[in-house]
Amino acid sequence: MRTITYAKAISEGLAQAMRRDPRIYIAGEDVGIVGGTFLATQGLLAEFGPERVRDTPITETAIAGHAVGAAAAGMRPCIEIMWMDFMGVCMDEILNQAAKMHYMFGGQIELNLVIRVPEGAGFRAAAQHSQSLEAFFTHIPGLKVAFPSTPYDAKGLLMSSLCNRNPIIFIEHFQLYGWKGEVPEEEYLVPFGKAAIRREGTDITLVSWGWMVHKALAAANQLAQEGISTEVIDLRTLKPWDQETVISSVRKTKRLVIVHEAVRMNGFGAEIAATVGEEAFDSLDAPIKRVTAPDTPIPFSPVLEDAFLPNELTIAEAMRSLL
Amino acid sequence: MELDRDLLLGLYSTMVKIRTFEMEAAELFASSLIPGFVHLYAGEEAIATGVCAHLSASDYIASTHRGHGHLIAKGGNLNRMMAELFAKRTGYCKGKGGSMHIADVSIGILGANGIVGASLPIATGAGLACKLKGEGAISVCFFGDGASNRGTFHESLNLASAWELPVVYVCENNYYAISSCQRVAMAIQDIAERATGYGIPGVSVDGNDVLAVFEAAGEAVKRARTGNGASLLVANTWRHRGHFEGEPELYRDQEEHKLWLAKDPIPRFEAQLIERGIATTEDLRAIDRNWQDEVRQAVLFAEESPDPAPDELYQDVYAE
Repeated sequence: MRTITYAKAISEGLAQAMRRDPRIYIAGEDVGIVGGTFLATQGLLAEFGPERVRDTPITETAIAGHAVGAAAAGMRPCIEIMWMDFMGVCMDEILNQAAKMHYMFGGQIELNLVIRVPEGAGFRAAAQHSQSLEAFFTHIPGLKVAFPSTPYDAKGLLMSSLCNRNPIIFIEHFQLYGWKGEVPEEEYLVPFGKAAIRREGTDITLVSWGWMVHKALAAANQLAQEGISTEVIDLRTLKPWDQETVISSVRKTKRLVIVHEAVRMNGFGAEIAATVGEEAFDSLDAPIKRVTAPDTPIPFSPVLEDAFLPNELTIAEAMRSLL
Repeated sequence: MELDRDLLLGLYSTMVKIRTFEMEAAELFASSLIPGFVHLYAGEEAIATGVCAHLSASDYIASTHRGHGHLIAKGGNLNRMMAELFAKRTGYCKGKGGSMHIADVSIGILGANGIVGASLPIATGAGLACKLKGEGAISVCFFGDGASNRGTFHESLNLASAWELPVVYVCENNYYAISSCQRVAMAIQDIAERATGYGIPGVSVDGNDVLAVFEAAGEAVKRARTGNGASLLVANTWRHRGHFEGEPELYRDQEEHKLWLAKDPIPRFEAQLIERGIATTEDLRAIDRNWQDEVRQAVLFAEESPDPAPDELYQDVYAE
């Protein structure tokens, strides 16, 4: 199969969905002429024109807020907020409007709305351009949250999102846009709530998502050389998340390490740990471990940022501590 | 302006319909029959009435926490509205929204809203949907003087003017954002001046004069429908009640209050109708009685309707 980048997988998925569904349009900062800051909407303006690929002013509140109104009036907006850190600027539109309308209006409105938003550290971009805030959105009933870690999932989850009938926070990772992987040319769907087992193993379960899946796989390779067999689970969507796959893996390996790039306190790892504690406590042979960023803002200095981020060494160390 | 009798009586009828509903809601709330909060539209009826008279079911409106008047003027069903105030399963939102969140998507009502200023981007997006669909529908945004100080006002009017969207922004200036008076909340007196910053028309009218509102809204609606973009219409008015029912209203001067009560849009329009020979007092009383009956029916409907069952809590979180 051909290989393409994560960014290309997204633009290809968007183009295929837009050809099929005239209600879909794109709006965001630099999504048109530039083709997206990370080139995930490249080529779309040329194919679909400025009515359906709309470069917006710097106006996150109106980008998210107008999309809620357009979706309520029957369109299927796929908007881009340039960085996860900017979601704070349009939080009312997401928290109180998009997430609530279907329920609050007694099921009258279906918001077919996708908010694409990149996040992640490692670019020396400091405290306002690096945060991993996915847990915020998992805490809001009414939203769904996807977070692909491969080009294949990026396209398949996006195709699923664009035919879903709910508001979706579709998180992409900056570090992954240039990663290549096998992606079918035709349309296909990756379902919500179905994790991928990236590596099968018997001694320890590693759960992660986004960029950290790749760090977790690197750590699993390291431990394999020490004779330890790791099962690596990529959640792919955080809301809903695949409890069944995680719990059945923990029942097999009896050990769980959760890895995320977000800061520790109330990160999504806390939800996973609590659920496994409730549902599979009797299967555990060791305490659940979380490998996360510390509870600090993200620093600029490369030395400090590297110390902030989890990596294969810190993950491997946490795994060894359970054996 | 020459208007036909049916239209004029229709304007009167809609204003009375709103007032009757609101005064009934006030009593029901005072008798603890309605849970939560209600923010009443009494006193401001001329605005929703004069604007919505230009709209059809395929046009959109986005409303506010003080939304009953907009919903009624846009054609909302009194039974389902009242049942929603009573938190009943037969209400517009199956008892999950209440006064602040009533919507009727089937006739373009994209909801009352509990967040001040939230209607602005929503109406803007509905305007974009109208433009992209190209079927001649438009979008109207209701909001207050308080919301005009929020960032959503700026971002929405800027986007709508840059994109030439068919949206009419209707600012209902009742001079008080809860307790903060307009003169301490902004340095200008005429909110319509703000339109200049977006290169769109901005007009201020007497919001207690239904014909003035009707005429100015007609211009703005025509502009939107003919592809000439957005406008800002400011209607200056007064709420007869507190910010919400039961509020002590420590901030409003009683003299000012009396002055505005004398400008009540309903008796004022009634006098015009009689003076111009459009209707007799008896004609108008018949209209009044009709809405008293309808509102009474709505209360009965609400009272007799079932509560939601506890497990309905889990329904409609997601569209499946």
